[in-house]
This record gives sequence, structure tokens and C-alpha cells, in this order.
Amino acid sequence: MDMKSANRKLSLKDKYRLFTRDLGWEPSYRTREEIFPYVQYEGIKVHDWDKWEDPFRLTMDAYWKYQAEKERKFYAIIDAHAQNNGHLHITDARYLSALKIFLQAISPGEFCAHKGFARVGREFPGVGTQVACQMQAIDEIRHAQTQIHALSNYNRFYNGFHAFAEQRDRIWYTSVARSFFDDAMSAGPFEFMIAIGFSFEYVLTNLLFVPFMSGAAYNGDMATVTFGFSAQSDEARHMTLGLECIKFMLEQDPDNLPIVQRWIDKWFWRGFRVLGLVSTMMDYMLPKRVMSWREAWNIYGVENGGALFKDLARYGIRPPKGWNDAEEAVDHMSHQLMLGLYQWSFGTAFHAWIPSDEDMDWLAKKYPETFDRYYRPRWMHIRKLAAAGTPFKNYGLAKLCQCCQLPVVFTEPGDPTLSCHRERVHQGEKYHFCSDHCQALFENEPEKYVQAWLPMPQLFQDLQGDLTAWMDWVFLRDGEDNGDYADSLDRRNFEAWRAMATSNQ
Amino acid sequence: MPVTARKTYLGVPRDRVENFHGKQLVYVSWDHHLLFAAPFLLCLSPQTPFGDLVQKALLPLLQADPDAAAIDWRQVEWLKDNRPWTPDFGRSLADNGIGHKDQLRLRTPGLDSLYRVH
Repeated sequence: MDMKSANRKLSLKDKYRLFTRDLGWEPSYRTREEIFPYVQYEGIKVHDWDKWEDPFRLTMDAYWKYQAEKERKFYAIIDAHAQNNGHLHITDARYLSALKIFLQAISPGEFCAHKGFARVGREFPGVGTQVACQMQAIDEIRHAQTQIHALSNYNRFYNGFHAFAEQRDRIWYTSVARSFFDDAMSAGPFEFMIAIGFSFEYVLTNLLFVPFMSGAAYNGDMATVTFGFSAQSDEARHMTLGLECIKFMLEQDPDNLPIVQRWIDKWFWRGFRVLGLVSTMMDYMLPKRVMSWREAWNIYGVENGGALFKDLARYGIRPPKGWNDAEEAVDHMSHQLMLGLYQWSFGTAFHAWIPSDEDMDWLAKKYPETFDRYYRPRWMHIRKLAAAGTPFKNYGLAKLCQCCQLPVVFTEPGDPTLSCHRERVHQGEKYHFCSDHCQALFENEPEKYVQAWLPMPQLFQDLQGDLTAWMDWVFLRDGEDNGDYADSLDRRNFEAWRAMATSNQ
Repeated sequence: MPVTARKTYLGVPRDRVENFHGKQLVYVSWDHHLLFAAPFLLCLSPQTPFGDLVQKALLPLLQADPDAAAIDWRQVEWLKDNRPWTPDFGRSLADNGIGHKDQLRLRTPGLDSLYRVH
């Protein structure tokens, strides 16, 4: 017997109601507190979860359709890239260092974001919130997968891509991003939303993805451009979710303001430190550069971030505490970090190099106040050491910041010639920091950061300082994955294969 | 401030001195000499004479700097815990009061080949 359906097609509004809000129910034999035990302990007061707006009104059926379409396009291009020897179309193999850092440090972060959103989607009581978090959880695992698949093509030809998952856990520089995500994932659901949804996705994502994807386009890397495009439409949704969450908290209760402000201060600074790695990529690692780190900061940090905080001022939110020190650091951080990456490149699963005269002239133009005065003399001296056959390798391992876990390469505010020394004793143990802001984060939650697994001290605990044993343990193949680009296998191979592709040798 | 948590939150420090097989960590940096991108991390026995820390552990690391040969160790100004301090080169780290994870800084006024010190 045929069933008669009155209305085959639901209106968008009805569909949204049925697929989201209508999925919630009032519990009958358990209290809401038992079902959602994590939603109150952070101190955020919520009076009405229905006030949570979902500006995208996306339902799961439409979501699957869009994502499937993007996946089809993505894998078609990745296939073409592989069959067409896309790896030979990049500017040159120095560019690969940026990809390696991304794969080792950032792609695993996407997976952490997936785990985090899957969790907070369960912990939040509001249905609108749950559905939005569920979609973002699926987005994030998709981003991790598409990035790994796109970059796996390079793994067939070049060193340093082969052990990104182990290196994410073990090698030293990746612990910067890892500790950022560990910190976020071990926080409560609201703080997690500020850390990832607001700080990372809204305030900082433009400084990571826009330069990275433009960098890929400028340097002929279609595979990376493609995963960037495929992720971009998701990012718009994520940014909206982050901003919505922050406005929701601030509108629900005035007592939420100081808690939210403290999280904004914390996660802005933590994100800014992670971006230190991005600054080296923009200023040093792209053979064909898009813009300087300083220029990107002016556009995405000062202009966009400034406008955002102006908008939030009506809730009583002020710009993050570290903002002014960040502004000063922007003219120094890429140089300070890259000098470090070069001298410790025996311990990195990517290559570093001494910038050429042309590179240095570009840097001097982009950093007229700082590069020639502070950093060119160091690079020139390093070049002299290399020319004399005694390339500079700093085997004195580095002091790390207890909070951000970066080597303490940063200088005193107001004096770029002096290392920033900050220390504090907590319950009889001494801890060191890279800045006033990382120290303040520690002092807010000392019990959390005393547990930090700092890779340099660990080397002397488990392996008693044996560098060769350490390389085996972090899957670093000495002479292949590490060292100066100038005499690397990656460079030799790339140049030989490119010559075969473009001449009759 | 304590960590906001649902239960008592206890963190165990990972870098306690007993985890270093009888040795300890010492951080050393040379003020205004940032060819070395970060302070050095040294792992030494507390019985190491301070002179050995300087001659055997530190000095080889400093060689890359053009000022290294010009250091007059009798004139070096030292800081420990960011305060002026005078080491005894003949005595051990322990006898000099250098604890686990202490930061030592050396200053060599007048030496700044690569650096435009303010």
C-alpha cells in the first residue's frame, strides 16, 4: 500500500529543527548534572542553552554532501599531482622544510583538535553546540587525513617525512605544538573552546593557514594548495563557532568575564609562541616568499585582531595581556628562531641553511630596524665558519621554557641583545621561562606545568645524553634527514631529477 | 593559583634531580653573546669542580664566538639566580651552592664583536 506523504520536502527551517534541536530530550531518570558532569566546574555560568545560535544552520545530511564533494575534488588533484611528478614543480627543495615542520608539528594538532571536539561535543548540554562540535570534530580528522595524504607523495622522494607521528611525540621542536594541544585537551570544555575555537581558529588561524597556503601557491605546490582550499570552507565555520562561543559566555552572565579574559590572555600567548615556527617559514624557508612575517602580522594580527577586540570591548574584553610584547617581538622572532634551527640542525628532521646575500637583502628591507643591526652580523659570521670548513654546530643543548617548551631564544623586552631570563621556585623545584607571559601562565596553574615533558632534560634522563641513541629513538637518520640543506641528499636528488625533467642529460 | 579541577589535582614534576642518575642540570649563558641562540644545558655531577665546568664543559662550546679567545676568566662577572655572585674555581658545584637547574650567567664587558650592545 502506498504511503501518502503530505509534504515530500521539508523546509530548511523544519529540517534544521528536526536534525538538531529536536534531537535533544529532557532526561527522566538521571539528573542533568550526572549526564553533563564537566560543564560547571570551570565556573562559567549558563542560564539558557537555547540562546546558543548556530549561524550556519547546517544539518548533517547537507554536511555529508558538501564534504563528499570536496573530498572527490581533493583526491582527483592529489592523484594528478602524483602522476604528473608534481614534486618537481616546486621552486626548489628548500621549500620542503616548511612542509616537514607542518606535517610533524601541525597535522597531528589537527588530530588533537578532532579528539578535543569529539569530547566537548559530548560534554556540552546544548544541542546546537553538540551538533556544531560534532561537525568540527569530523572536519578536524578530515584535515589531518588530507594533509597526511597530500604530503605522503613527497615522502616517496624526500627525507624527513617518514616518521612524523613518532617525531610528533619525541623530537624536540614539535613539543611546542604538542604541549599547546595537550594543554587545551586537558582543560575543561569552555576553556577548550577558547583555546582552539577562539584563539587558534579565530585570532591566529589566518597567520598560519593564509601564509602557508599562499606560500604553497607561490612555490608551485599544488598538493598543499588543494588541502588548503578543501579545509578553507570548514575554517569559516570553525571561526564562527569560536566567536559564537565567546559571545555566548559573555552574554550569559557577567561573572564569566574575568574567566574568559584570563583564557584569552593565556591562549593568545600560547598561540603566539607556536606561531614562532611559522615566522621562520615565512621569512626564511620559502624560496619564493609571499610576504614577511612582519607584514602578515600587520594585516592579520594588528588589523584583523585589533578590529575583533574592538568589537569585543562592549562586553568588557580588552586585548590580550601579551599583545604589546608580541608586537615588539615580531621584528625579532623569526631571526632568533632560525638562527637556533640552523645551529641545532643536527637534531632536526628538516634542513636549515645560511641565507644568501639576496635573502639577507630582502630581510634587511623587510626588517629595517632589526636585521642589519642585530642578525646579519651573526649570519655573516656563521657563513665564515662554514667557508673555513668548521660549520657552526651548537652541541650545547638548549634551555627550554617550562610553559611553551621553545628553546629560550627570546630577548628582554627593550633589549634585543640580552637573553630573557625568568625563573621561579615552586615547591622546592626551579623552573625557567622564556618571558613574563609564560611565567604568568605557570603561576596561574603550576600543578599543570610542573609535569611538562621537556625533551632536552629528558635526553639526560632516559638516554643519559647519548645523542646517537636519541637519534634512533626519534627516528632521525643522521646525514639524511638533518643538517644543512647545502649538502643534503634532498638537494642533490631534487636538482638531478629536475635536470632530467627539463633537459636532455 | 590552583588548577581548576573537579578533584584534587596533583602534578608530579618530571625533572627532579633524582631522575638524572646522580648528576644535575646547570644552565649557562653568556650575556650579549647571542650567536648561541639559547642558554646551554649542561648535565654534570655535583662533585664537578667549577673550574672543570668552565674549562671542560663550557669553553669548547664557546669556541664558535670570535670573542671566546679573549675571555679573561679572572675578570668575568658572574650572576647566579640573576644576582651577582663569585664562584670558587677550585671547589665543586655543590660547594659553590650551584643547585639543580640553576642558571649561571657570565658577563664580559667590552667584548661584543658580533653584537651592537646598547
